[in-house]
Amino acid sequence: MADRTQVPTPAIRQPGILWLLLGWLRSPGVLSATPVLVFFVIGFVGPLVIVLGFSFTPPRTFDLGGTFTTENYKHIFTESYYISFIWSFALAGLTVACNLLIGYPIAYGLSKLFGRWAAPVMLVLVIPLFVSENVRLFGWYIFLIKGGGILAGGLKTAFGIDTGTLLFQPGTVLMAMIYVYLPFTLFPMVLGLSMVPRDQVEASRDLGASRFQIFREVELPIAMPGILIGALLTFVLAVGAISEAKLLGGQNTPVIALDIQHEFTFAQNWPLGSAISVLTIVVTGILVVLVMRRLDLDRLLGRR
Amino acid sequence: MENKRWVISLIAVWTGVIVLFLYIPIFSGILSSFAKSRYFRFPVKAWSDKWYDETLGANLTSDLHLTSFYVAGCVALIAVVLGFFGALAFARYDWRGRRFYQRLIMLPIFFPQAVLGLALLLWFTYVGVLPSWEAAAFAHLVWIVPIVTLVISIQVYGFDAAQEEAAYDLGANRWQAFREVTLPALAPGLFSGALFAFLLSWGNFPLSTYTTGADSTVTEWLYTKMTAGYTPMIPTMGALSVFGAIVILFGGYMFLIVRRRRRLERGE
Repeated sequence: MADRTQVPTPAIRQPGILWLLLGWLRSPGVLSATPVLVFFVIGFVGPLVIVLGFSFTPPRTFDLGGTFTTENYKHIFTESYYISFIWSFALAGLTVACNLLIGYPIAYGLSKLFGRWAAPVMLVLVIPLFVSENVRLFGWYIFLIKGGGILAGGLKTAFGIDTGTLLFQPGTVLMAMIYVYLPFTLFPMVLGLSMVPRDQVEASRDLGASRFQIFREVELPIAMPGILIGALLTFVLAVGAISEAKLLGGQNTPVIALDIQHEFTFAQNWPLGSAISVLTIVVTGILVVLVMRRLDLDRLLGRR
Repeated sequence: MENKRWVISLIAVWTGVIVLFLYIPIFSGILSSFAKSRYFRFPVKAWSDKWYDETLGANLTSDLHLTSFYVAGCVALIAVVLGFFGALAFARYDWRGRRFYQRLIMLPIFFPQAVLGLALLLWFTYVGVLPSWEAAAFAHLVWIVPIVTLVISIQVYGFDAAQEEAAYDLGANRWQAFREVTLPALAPGLFSGALFAFLLSWGNFPLSTYTTGADSTVTEWLYTKMTAGYTPMIPTMGALSVFGAIVILFGGYMFLIVRRRRRLERGE
């Protein structure tokens, strides 16, 4: 009995698995994914491994392969470096919250109300994105600087009001971050809201739902993937923000990105800079993974 | 009435306010570039375009813009090629592992850019690549390829694969079907992908600052000058790069219109 069944099975099964693997490797999907994946490994995985490696080397070393130490991580918490973490994450969180509130009505208008005006309005909202961030921040600098700035100068000439300095305050940095990252919250939100079917909204209205109930029970859950992507993107970009704090915040707003830059330039302490980076990556990475697991990208992008 | 009139007006006004907010600094910058005095003061007493003469005359200006242009050009070209295949795997083919792949390649977008820039610098040092504009182009690609893949994917989702099969049935080989059917259908996506790639690279700072080495792009120069002290060339240089971006956007738009018109004339 055993002989009879054993003879044919290996002959079919073993090549079967091999063929399956070969077939998988040669399937058009895998073939076309290969260039991007190879590039991903060289350009993304490689650098991450190196940073991780450096973060465990003794302070002020410039090559890997030395002794293993967790000194850099201890340094972050014993010295005042963790303060920048609090600043950066608080600013990023506030930026996301403000942008969600500012952006929701606009996203709603773009996806539901503006009709044929939606495309031109969208274009007007996109264009600033293509002007370098530093150029736009310089514009704010010109606008806000005390004495001769456009706001201060304008108020003084028109109404005789004297304003104090508006630059170099945490509030200014927050405003700049809201300004720079608003489009990143807004556009995914438009994508999400446009997935809400009109019929469903009308059906729930017919069934007696109030405006707020429709928002909470129908619109919000369906639009959630888009809103999440926007919030996540904004948060991550804001955590890595550097120009806002440097150009408009003076020395008053310490953020992670400036600390990292400092360690890699003036301080020449690569391992410490790497450790700060790794901590940043870990925190943002956890958020990214949590959100990503909930998303159906096919539905969001393809609307099928 | 589904939406009350005043709600629509309120949202329209709000959108207008935010658009204004978005454009304040751009107009401020352009305004200041035409002020005559060495240090900008509002209300502007005298206007002049002398800073433009000076900026346009400087070798530095063309050097900076050329570097930015080389980087952005390379990035756009390579990103579209990689993104095209990436998008096919993302949206066209159904294969085991696709969902994982979709999430994996999006990770660089959701990554603090300053951290990515320095990670790449360490990586370059480790493999022995000197920082230069080529290295910066590579760094930009790490961030921009996923974005371009997404942009092209949106077009690919809308592409009906049955068209390709019809071409096979009519006797086309793989290459012919690709050139005559797939490529023209996806062309708008490829084009907007290239445009996105170019402009995002053109304006990028956090990645460039770590990876360009001795070469400097316009945005890096602006940052350095703004932190190291004011020069009247900052607003003009900024305005020039804005005009550059507008020319590219407008050129791209015209290109699309001309193309569409030509296709209509041919009766396609």
